[in-house]
Amino acid sequence: MQADILVVDDSAAIRKILQRVLRQTGMAIGTIMEAGDGEEALARLQAHKVDLILTDINMPKMDGLQLLGRVKAAAGWEGIPVVMITTEGGETKVAEAVRLGAAGYVRKPFTADQIKEKLAGLLEAALST
Amino acid sequence: MNVKDLIVSCIHRSTLQVFSTMLGEELLLAGVATERDSQEVRDGVVSFVGLTGSWAGTGSIICSPEMACRICAQMLLTEAPAVNEEVLDAVAEVTNMIVGNVKNDLEPHLGLLGLSVPTVVYGRNFRARNARHSEWVVARFAWGDEILTVKLSIAPDSAKTGEGVHAASTSFGEPYALDV
Repeated sequence: MQADILVVDDSAAIRKILQRVLRQTGMAIGTIMEAGDGEEALARLQAHKVDLILTDINMPKMDGLQLLGRVKAAAGWEGIPVVMITTEGGETKVAEAVRLGAAGYVRKPFTADQIKEKLAGLLEAALST
Repeated sequence: MNVKDLIVSCIHRSTLQVFSTMLGEELLLAGVATERDSQEVRDGVVSFVGLTGSWAGTGSIICSPEMACRICAQMLLTEAPAVNEEVLDAVAEVTNMIVGNVKNDLEPHLGLLGLSVPTVVYGRNFRARNARHSEWVVARFAWGDEILTVKLSIAPDSAKTGEGVHAASTSFGEPYALDV
């Protein structure tokens, strides 16, 4: 069993780095889909349900917190773990993400080990259900 | 510690951390200064990220096209022979991370700050100025033979000083009471 992941970030550079880092972790990862903002992410989810979402917070059109709120409010998607990955370290953004149901939080800049540490348990749980 | 010293310390820590973590490179601090908006025209790559809140301003990174390509190549492990969309995106993200982490470090002292999405400019013979506040804290970092300039201009937002936020001199050189 492999987990499919949706990476959401308005920076193509960060999406490319995350693709590489996720593959490097050695975790059981299948398809890694990409979206440049929250709206695009919702469109991707309509077409292909994933096991985990890794999303930036500050993005144009629909930001990561809005995306998180929409995912957690949607029947069928509410169980997908959403991990925020962002430069935002302010407690208000963290508190808001937690309140909305975020499964975790990774600060940029990040290492492959930090990504693995945050995602390993979540992916394992997602694949066992 | 005055505001300038605090900003220098935040820029220094953040820039070294971003380059070390995301590019696997060590930079050396080559100089620190307080400068006004320059009247001279320049060439190269300049990126900006806006900061809003009780204090407001702009963070900026300036480098040569060659250094921008090197940043992209090192960060994405790809070939970057000339400035293209991917190179500009990589510089934008490095700016976002550096200024974003400076913001996080400044918030305990200056209050909550918001961060805009970055803007990157690549061109020749251009001049950039901050419409609100023309004094910048500038830190220059050596990466081999090249220089990366990271600068920040920030001041109390006069529209919000009535809300019980920090009101202070806008001169970086003057002491400002900070609990650091």
